[in-house]
Amino acid sequence: MEFLKKNPKIFQWLFLLIVFFALCFAIEVPETYKFIRGQAEFIKDPNQSTFVFAGKEVRYYAFDVFWRLPPLLGWLPIWINDSLFFLMNDWMPMEFWNEDTQEFKTRPLLLQISRNLTGFMTFIIELIREILLGGLETIVAFTSWDFIDANPWAELPGLPWTIVAAGATILSYKLSGKGLAIFAGLTMVYISIFGQWKPSMQTLSFILVAAPLSFIFGLGLGISAFKSKRVEKALYPILLVMQTMPQYAVLVPALVLFGVGDHAAVIITMIVAIPPMILLTLLGLRAIPPEVIEAGRMSGCNNWQLMLKVLIPTARRDILIGVNQVIMVCFSMAVISAFIGAKGLGFNLLLALNQLNIGLALEAGLCISLIAILLDKMSLAWANKQTDYFGNLSFFERNKNTIFFIGAFVIGIILAYIGTFLFKGTFNYLFEIPHNKGISTADFWNKGVDWIFDTFFVYIKAFNTWLIQEVLQPMRALYLRMPAVATIVLVVGAGYLIGGIRSALVVCGLTLFIALSPWWDRALVTTYMATFGVIISCLIGFTVGTLCFQSKGAAKFMLGVCDIFQTFPSFVYLIPVMMLFGITDTSVLIAVIVYATIPATRYTIEGLRSVPVGLHEAATMSGVNKFQRLTKIEFPLAFPHMMLGLNQTIVFALFMVIIGAFIGTEDLGQYILKALSDKNGAGIGLTLGICVAFIGLIFDNLIRTWVGKRKKHLGIA
Amino acid sequence: MSDAVIKCESVYKIFGENAEKMLQEANGNVDAKTFQENGCIVGVNNASFEVAKGEMLVVMGLSGSGKSTLLRCISRLTDATGGKIFIEGQDLLELNNKELIDLRRNKMGMVFQSFALLPHKTVVENIAFPLQIKGINTDDSISKAMDMVKLVGLDGRENYFPRELSGGQQQRVGIARSLAVEPDIWFLDEPFSALDPLIRKEMQDEFLRLQDKLQKTIMFITHDFDEALKLADRIAIMKDGIIEQLDTPAKIVLNPATEYVRKFTEEVPREKVLLIEDVMDQSTSDNLGDLKVSKDEIIENVAEKILTQEKTVGVIDSNNKIIGSINPTKIINTVFGGRKNGN
Repeated sequence: MEFLKKNPKIFQWLFLLIVFFALCFAIEVPETYKFIRGQAEFIKDPNQSTFVFAGKEVRYYAFDVFWRLPPLLGWLPIWINDSLFFLMNDWMPMEFWNEDTQEFKTRPLLLQISRNLTGFMTFIIELIREILLGGLETIVAFTSWDFIDANPWAELPGLPWTIVAAGATILSYKLSGKGLAIFAGLTMVYISIFGQWKPSMQTLSFILVAAPLSFIFGLGLGISAFKSKRVEKALYPILLVMQTMPQYAVLVPALVLFGVGDHAAVIITMIVAIPPMILLTLLGLRAIPPEVIEAGRMSGCNNWQLMLKVLIPTARRDILIGVNQVIMVCFSMAVISAFIGAKGLGFNLLLALNQLNIGLALEAGLCISLIAILLDKMSLAWANKQTDYFGNLSFFERNKNTIFFIGAFVIGIILAYIGTFLFKGTFNYLFEIPHNKGISTADFWNKGVDWIFDTFFVYIKAFNTWLIQEVLQPMRALYLRMPAVATIVLVVGAGYLIGGIRSALVVCGLTLFIALSPWWDRALVTTYMATFGVIISCLIGFTVGTLCFQSKGAAKFMLGVCDIFQTFPSFVYLIPVMMLFGITDTSVLIAVIVYATIPATRYTIEGLRSVPVGLHEAATMSGVNKFQRLTKIEFPLAFPHMMLGLNQTIVFALFMVIIGAFIGTEDLGQYILKALSDKNGAGIGLTLGICVAFIGLIFDNLIRTWVGKRKKHLGIA
Repeated sequence: MSDAVIKCESVYKIFGENAEKMLQEANGNVDAKTFQENGCIVGVNNASFEVAKGEMLVVMGLSGSGKSTLLRCISRLTDATGGKIFIEGQDLLELNNKELIDLRRNKMGMVFQSFALLPHKTVVENIAFPLQIKGINTDDSISKAMDMVKLVGLDGRENYFPRELSGGQQQRVGIARSLAVEPDIWFLDEPFSALDPLIRKEMQDEFLRLQDKLQKTIMFITHDFDEALKLADRIAIMKDGIIEQLDTPAKIVLNPATEYVRKFTEEVPREKVLLIEDVMDQSTSDNLGDLKVSKDEIIENVAEKILTQEKTVGVIDSNNKIIGSINPTKIINTVFGGRKNGN
């Protein structure tokens, strides 16, 4: 009792938990409740209750309101859907001039805007794609098909792969030096030899459009948010939700707005990639010491000069992390947007996964990852580049890279020309190695997978069964037992204890939204998978991070590994786990764990590193041993930062759980995936996405509030 | 009076939402307390002064006294809430943005406490920055910047990044940058406060050397009274946004206007600050010894000679004309006497 009196917080937490469990036990599971598989709730059932709101009829199974709240927000997806259709098809019809038919045509404004936007996107993507691969579309865009028929020569020839490879190598050399140049060269040669050239260039053209556009818009919006409080206030909630919104969920409404294809994929990618860019730009600009800004002003900068020459370069570090994020998201989306018809490696990867051809999937995945790492490193090197004013260089020295490229260009063309004689009747391997005609290791991998399966089948199966029956099923059952009211009490109580009334109200709102949506039990399943992943990830991440922290070299190495792993598109993680565990929940969970361990490890190392050296010395002089130093000094001080890591771990885990729907889960993600192929799916997809985002935001709010308070308490804010 | 380069007429800076309205209502009678109760903070309260061409005005005050705010009003990094500021007769607050930028590009230079160098630029790029902003081409600006590098004694380090330099070196870059456009007016905001004592002294000497050569009009902010005494032609001592006293170092030491100022002067070694002129008797008697001292000597330098004299010593001006006298007792009284707890 003495102890409790001294620590009233612990008493309050205990009380909260007791209330929560009491409620869980007091509210019985209704006998009629079944965890419905699939889309059973779309079937009309006389036992269902209905209500009408804003003209939309919502059907649902009614339970004791303490157990499951009625889906009072059930009209929202339908309403979103109808509004979208209305906006696209009926809102503000206007006369537009149609080039093809040479007459005015009536079209809704939004549809016309969308068509123009997508037309523009398509044009840029096609332009880059045809420079790399050759084609007709660009010339058609300026002339017409008739012109092409009349002039058979009018075709962009495309660059031989040798020239692109040489170009990438020389550019890498110019930006960073030998190391990156070798990496770039090997990557390009690998891609070509393994016959992934065409899909790789398709993906690349997609990224070369999406990444710069996201960067520019993100930077611009970040700057305007920095300059105007009003813009910031307007953007902030959107940014927050987008940070935790699964990328799948954005696909569905975009499908309605922009149709199917690469152009839609680019727009979606921008929507997903811009928010982190804005946030990091804002963060970087905020961190600039006011005196630097004043120094710029006193140097006589006008607003533009101040922004371009002082603010942005000074905030470079954070803006670069933003660029890094943009590239990551772009590659991640390059795969995911294959669902809405983007061509390239992502499409091949999905196809291969669908056919359970692990070897092919692995090859495509490796290509994406290699290109992702290459672009990431190149963008970093570009931003860190310096000019030397005092080098007295000859013309050749100054222009040697250009000269080399021109040389490589000529040689490449000559080679390709020779190739036309060399490979008469077959494919010109010096121009482009076609898909499936390169070396393929797919068979090797597939056989490997088969071998692993044959050899270890018993063990894998046993482990799998044990995990599912003994751990996962009971855990899931426990989560599903959680009555809505009890959960709300728990979350709101935690919010109140951590951040006071304000925090409590915010998390209450977020939880209520999920509880009043038709998918409370799905949300519980999502939460269960995410929690399981997060717990294991944190255990691994904190342990590995702490161990690596003991040696400087190991810590640096580990951070490098985290960097590289983070660059992999999230879908790639599914490949090896499917190799081992096939299509089960275990696969998803292992992918979740691997993916979510990255931030857990990174933040642990960074947090421990941030403990001031002075404290180390003070501790050593007080005569603590290594272990005591770790537990008494470093952990308490690094803990807030590590909790931010937990926050990231949760977001990563949620993302992967949702992507795991591709393998087959029973949670919100599965519904999002289904919404993709549903004509009326836009509203459902978006609402589901918001639900997932809100799960993330509940944790985000609680953790951030706690970290803020703790940091203030420790004086390291 | 028209040759004043900087001229302030009852300048106010008040932070807060209704600052302007409150200032108008206060009718020139600003009380920090009443303002604070209404959510406003008074930064500068009724500052009026002039700085003549080639003069160095040091503004001294503790943190929160409004000295930096005053400087930022005069450089218009913040807009003053009330009052008038003239730079070479031009009304600063009337300037539009373009004129202001022009003024900064050609007439003003500023040095900052935390150096405020651009982290992504090398030493020479940092120094060339104001020139490039002005539109001077790369070659000319870099070669001009190299001259400045030599002026502040950083040759050989022009391609270093700020993070590779020590604090003293970084501030040399800051100084070089502020001088690159050859400004007439030089603002220094606690330029040496972030430096070690030894480096600080070195930089102060260097600064005096530069000023001797360049003869800029200077506003120098510091919280260090000794630094102020060492550098200033005149000192303004600020407290809570109000200029408590503005005078030459000697007059401040001899006649502190307020209790607050007196506290600063207590610990000051007077013999190092005061000139013979400041303590001599205006009257001359015939009974003078052979020793004559110049009125511009610092007491410390001649005290020993004077104290060995039996008779009163004559004080002469630059034309060797006797204009006053000083006797040894006066020296002893000046150095040891007249302090509150004179131990």
